[in-house]
Amino acid sequence: MKFQIEDVTVYFPYDHIYPEQYSYMIELKRALDAKGHCLLEMPTGTGKTIALLSLITSYTLSKPSNPVKLLYCTRTVHEMEKTLAELKLLHKYQLENIGPSARMLALGLSSRKNLCINPDVVSAENRDSVDAGCRKLTASWVRALAIENPNIPTCSFFETYEKAGSDAVLPPGVYTLQDLRMFGKEKGWCPYFLARHMIQFANVVVYSYQYLLDPKVAGFISKEMQRESVVVFDEAHNIDNVCIEALSVSVRKQTLEGATRNLNKMSQEIERFKATDAGRLRAEYNRLVDGLAQRGNLPLGDTWLANPALPDDILKEAVPGNIRRAEHFLSVLRRLVQYLKGRLDTDNVEKEGPLTFVNAVNSHVGIDQKMLKFCYDRLHSLMLTLEITDTDEFLHIQTICDFATLVGTYTRGFSIIIEPYDERMPHIPDPVLQLSCHDASLAIKPVFDRFQSVVITSGTLSPIDLYPRLLNFNPVVSRSFTMSLTRDCICPMVLTRGSDQLPVSTKFDLRSDPGVERNYGRLLLEMVSVVPDGIVCFFVSYSYMDAIVNSWNETGILKEIMQRKLVFIETQDVVETTLALDNYRKACDCGRGAVFFSVARGKVAEGIDFDRHYGRLVIMFGIPFQYTLSRILLARLEYLRETFQIKEGDFLTFDALRQAAQCVGRVIRSKADYGMMIFADKRYTRHDKRSKLPGWILSHLRDAHLNLSTDMAVHIAREFLRKMAQPYDKTGGSGKKTLLSQQDLEKMNGTEGIMF
Amino acid sequence: MMETQVVKRAKYKSSVKDPGVRGTLKMTRERFVFMPNDPSSSIRLNVEFRLIKGHKSSKEGSNRPALLNLTQDQGNYIFEFENFSDRELCRDFVAKAITFYGEGGSEKAVPLPHKDEQLSSAEMERRIKLLQEDSELQKLHKQFVIRGVLSETEFWATRKKLLDVNNTSSSRKAKQRVGLKSDMIFNVKPSSDGQSNKVTFNLTPEMIHQIFAEKPAVRQAYLNFVPNKMTEKDFWTKYWRAQYLHSTRNIVAAAAEAAEDEELAVFLRQDAILASEIKHKIRKVDPTLDMEADEGDDYTHIPGHGLATESGKDELEAQYEPFKRSFLQDINRHAAVVLEGRTVDFETEGDTRSVAQALATCKRVELAKEASSDGNLVHQERLDRITRMAEIEDLQAPRDPPVAPLSIKDPRDYFDSQQQVVGMGMGMGDELGGGGRQFKSRMNTSETYASLRGFISEIRTLGLTDPVVRPEVAVKVLNGLTQTISSSKYQRGFGKNPHESILDTLPTVTKDELLLHWTSIQELLKHFWSSYPITTSYLYTKVSRLKDAMSQIYPKLQEIKESVQSDSRHQVSLLVQPMLQALDAAFAHYDAVDQRKRSTANGYNV
Repeated sequence: MKFQIEDVTVYFPYDHIYPEQYSYMIELKRALDAKGHCLLEMPTGTGKTIALLSLITSYTLSKPSNPVKLLYCTRTVHEMEKTLAELKLLHKYQLENIGPSARMLALGLSSRKNLCINPDVVSAENRDSVDAGCRKLTASWVRALAIENPNIPTCSFFETYEKAGSDAVLPPGVYTLQDLRMFGKEKGWCPYFLARHMIQFANVVVYSYQYLLDPKVAGFISKEMQRESVVVFDEAHNIDNVCIEALSVSVRKQTLEGATRNLNKMSQEIERFKATDAGRLRAEYNRLVDGLAQRGNLPLGDTWLANPALPDDILKEAVPGNIRRAEHFLSVLRRLVQYLKGRLDTDNVEKEGPLTFVNAVNSHVGIDQKMLKFCYDRLHSLMLTLEITDTDEFLHIQTICDFATLVGTYTRGFSIIIEPYDERMPHIPDPVLQLSCHDASLAIKPVFDRFQSVVITSGTLSPIDLYPRLLNFNPVVSRSFTMSLTRDCICPMVLTRGSDQLPVSTKFDLRSDPGVERNYGRLLLEMVSVVPDGIVCFFVSYSYMDAIVNSWNETGILKEIMQRKLVFIETQDVVETTLALDNYRKACDCGRGAVFFSVARGKVAEGIDFDRHYGRLVIMFGIPFQYTLSRILLARLEYLRETFQIKEGDFLTFDALRQAAQCVGRVIRSKADYGMMIFADKRYTRHDKRSKLPGWILSHLRDAHLNLSTDMAVHIAREFLRKMAQPYDKTGGSGKKTLLSQQDLEKMNGTEGIMF
Repeated sequence: MMETQVVKRAKYKSSVKDPGVRGTLKMTRERFVFMPNDPSSSIRLNVEFRLIKGHKSSKEGSNRPALLNLTQDQGNYIFEFENFSDRELCRDFVAKAITFYGEGGSEKAVPLPHKDEQLSSAEMERRIKLLQEDSELQKLHKQFVIRGVLSETEFWATRKKLLDVNNTSSSRKAKQRVGLKSDMIFNVKPSSDGQSNKVTFNLTPEMIHQIFAEKPAVRQAYLNFVPNKMTEKDFWTKYWRAQYLHSTRNIVAAAAEAAEDEELAVFLRQDAILASEIKHKIRKVDPTLDMEADEGDDYTHIPGHGLATESGKDELEAQYEPFKRSFLQDINRHAAVVLEGRTVDFETEGDTRSVAQALATCKRVELAKEASSDGNLVHQERLDRITRMAEIEDLQAPRDPPVAPLSIKDPRDYFDSQQQVVGMGMGMGDELGGGGRQFKSRMNTSETYASLRGFISEIRTLGLTDPVVRPEVAVKVLNGLTQTISSSKYQRGFGKNPHESILDTLPTVTKDELLLHWTSIQELLKHFWSSYPITTSYLYTKVSRLKDAMSQIYPKLQEIKESVQSDSRHQVSLLVQPMLQALDAAFAHYDAVDQRKRSTANGYNV
């Protein structure tokens, strides 16, 4: 359908539109007009993604003189694929309606591991070895050597791509990663470098958060994006954590040992170069005198992760004199590693700020703050000079330099925590030194500064006023939309007691009580016999899930569950989990029905949809609080209290409830869909916990469903499923419309102004 | 098809209680010979299978003797075998031998047009029983199968119902194919007697089957080790020992044990076959689920970056890595296998080894199939799927037609008589005769739906243009039938006995002959018509065989018609007429098809 929002003609690929999608678009358009940032919360299952995509692409189409580029950030690769699939639909529709002028280039971007088509390289085990494998074939010095000596292998795809030069372009269209690989195979061009090149010209780029938030990655991938871009962070309820992760480093014994090995290897290389090609080292020295620590215009194959600190913080000055010579730099690193080793060798937990730490480093081993700050770039330069291609071997020393640069750059918002062992396993010595970032706004600041509009959106952003504080920005639009429902297709319940009327909870003192475990088991058992197709269960942690599954196995509950439905479990092995999910879907498709056990804050909870028959019921066993004794968390809470006046308890509850809401929100995809949500913990009845749930769940949580026992929940589930099985009028029939057609919209535009 | 002879060690017993005489039992096609080990013993047997009427055997069980009882008209021969597999072998042999003689006893071998299906002994027994119970069936069987007009399989193919009915009555096999159980039946706790430190595991064939299906490494180990390297019992003892070690969750201990005992290590280590399978599968996973791709994308997962999470804690030393395995993984694996539903009927398979082998071959066949399937097609399918998933369903009109497509799991249930065609069509696709054309529908659901809708509306407006039976013909048949009924009624009333039908007025010889011809013509016609359309050269020969047989019957019928006395000639001709007409129709069809083929397919060498 096609409609006007003020001066923009919006092309929407469906015959109908939800009213909240329409108002979402209006708000979004205002933000774009104002060239400001916005914060939009809209329940899952209301088609956020397609509303976003169609408004922004239509906005560009309406203003051809001033096209905006869309940088769409997803948290995971599979979400990227989903987004591109929706974009394909939209693009097809726009082409049909507008013709060739609607053509655009949209592509997904990922790492070499996901894009490489060279069979020798891509078969490597992890991302780092693929990166290194690629570098071994494409680094400028390798290719230079290969010209003289044909026995040195190069990558044929890269060579053909280079040869094609400026002819190597992607024709307009929407490309998923798979499509890029296919295209690359067809043309014989390297899809990775092609995509890297094409993102400058693309109208829509879909990639992962890290490509904008993590300075290491953003530095070499997103640095050339123009200011006239709209950045969208989808499913952004966790964005503060992503930001924090991007600037945190932890150092263990293994890291230090590895770093020592790396240093030895490098000093051997330096010796070798001194003997054979001393000119190289001298040239590097001269370059550093001129302050060219940054890569400048490196050949395509040589780029790698950039400085971990933010672009603004990197001073445009020469590398300090005392680390310009390669061997001097190495000895500085050696001293640093030695010092860190000494710090790790402690019996007490230590916590200090970056300033104290830098002073201590200076006084103990004589490395000042400026030298620390330049560590990462200096290392990078040295590795290029030494022509090191197997970069995956040198990760440890990179981590150390990363740490050094961060600690040398930032004076606030960080703390350094040294723990001799894990609190939960005090008998196993596992010393770790962590540089943890507390301030989410640090990582996202350059994004807000650089781009004219940043859209932060998710199904769960409650309380919506907290996010601007956490991320330190001023949105021009900040709105939370409710869901207009044709029928009550979601049914949240709070289960506080088992069928024996004993309370259930994952509170620390109740958690391992066999009665609670049994009650949780009986709840699931009752539900598998009532609910058709798929059921998803979320547990508070892996260890808890492991314990409870084993206990169910001992008591025979698991066996009974298996008689009803197949059981699949998320494990910490990603490959295994992926296959389990795939099988889970197959089991739901074929009608056998299945249960999926997953973990809140786990990978599945983050990005897999359990819509339609893939999830008719979600059970959230317990409240997924963070591990509250973690020193990092405590340090962060302290920082939040001091800087933003956010109370510890408030933040913890907010964090736990947004995770819970995120888990249960995965069951609904559209209004034709339906699903139940059970919050199985007595603490959910308390107002301070419950009220943190997003509005669209709260509005369906009836008072009668606030304090249920297992048998009552089963009864309600039966009733609900029976009701949902009835045919209904999709448009909402009389009263408020929940589905708008083109005519409806035109009528509304006629009466203008008052909407909903 | 049949081994020419079987030699087994056995004990001969005159009764079940008798301790028996040890010796060797040798079976050939014609006879069985028992020679006692003790040459002085007087018991020697040399009996022809012709005299044996049937056989019974004792139920299989661990502590029971493996008995085989061959029954004669008077008296019987009981043999006790050393183990059940020997007994099974002999029993099958005996069953075949008896059938051979039971079906008329002629020495002439049945000419086989194609390789006969493999029959289980139970199936064979059932057929023999049917033949014995039903003399008419036996007569037919003798007439057609032994003379080679029909093959054994063809004969029984049209009588599947008969065999099936028998099935249910003896409730040997459920009608529906059963899938795998959802339970993890091998996940059992041992029972202990409470006094000693000994624990006992009870292992059933079903459990073994499940273990083999879910743990390919164990299956492979079984094929490698048993019985050359260790006995079956040792094998399973080791297996449970490994399971026990896992349940203690002491990886270090497991690694230490594995270092000492390399066979045990096989069970303790992670399943290598499974790992390679996983690698293969992950490539075909739905990209919107592929979390492995994230692993490759997420730059915070460089070791040491980001905040330490729970998963980072249990970093083990590399040497223990291969022994890490969890119960959760087993659950996932179990569910995956159940979902695949690949099943080997372990009841018919018999011993453990063959189950293991059958599963291994299953897997290989699957892999080969996957390898040969078109990568592009799979990719396209996946793309379609993603697009479909991406759509919001209630914002637009439904895409799929409101129908549920019919999916036939086992075509044999519906196309009983055409079973041959189905079976042959695959194997002999390239040597098809002139009329042979393979219909491979490439229509998708929506196209089919549209054309179906088109046809229906056409019929609604136009009516049937080509009705099944033309109205004139139908009227004629109806009139004819009414006439016959009324005339025979009249005849009956005229006769001496009101309950006597026309047949009973005829002499018994003629009556029997007539009935026999009637049934045989029916049998032949049934086969004849079910062979059309002729899609394979096999069917072509079958049809000509049938035609020959029918043309032999034809003059006989004429003979009967003429031989009867004049007073009943009218009735007899009334009876014979429909038979002749049916045969004529068949001949006419045969000729017509033959003509057409000759004219169209001149180039073919049929």
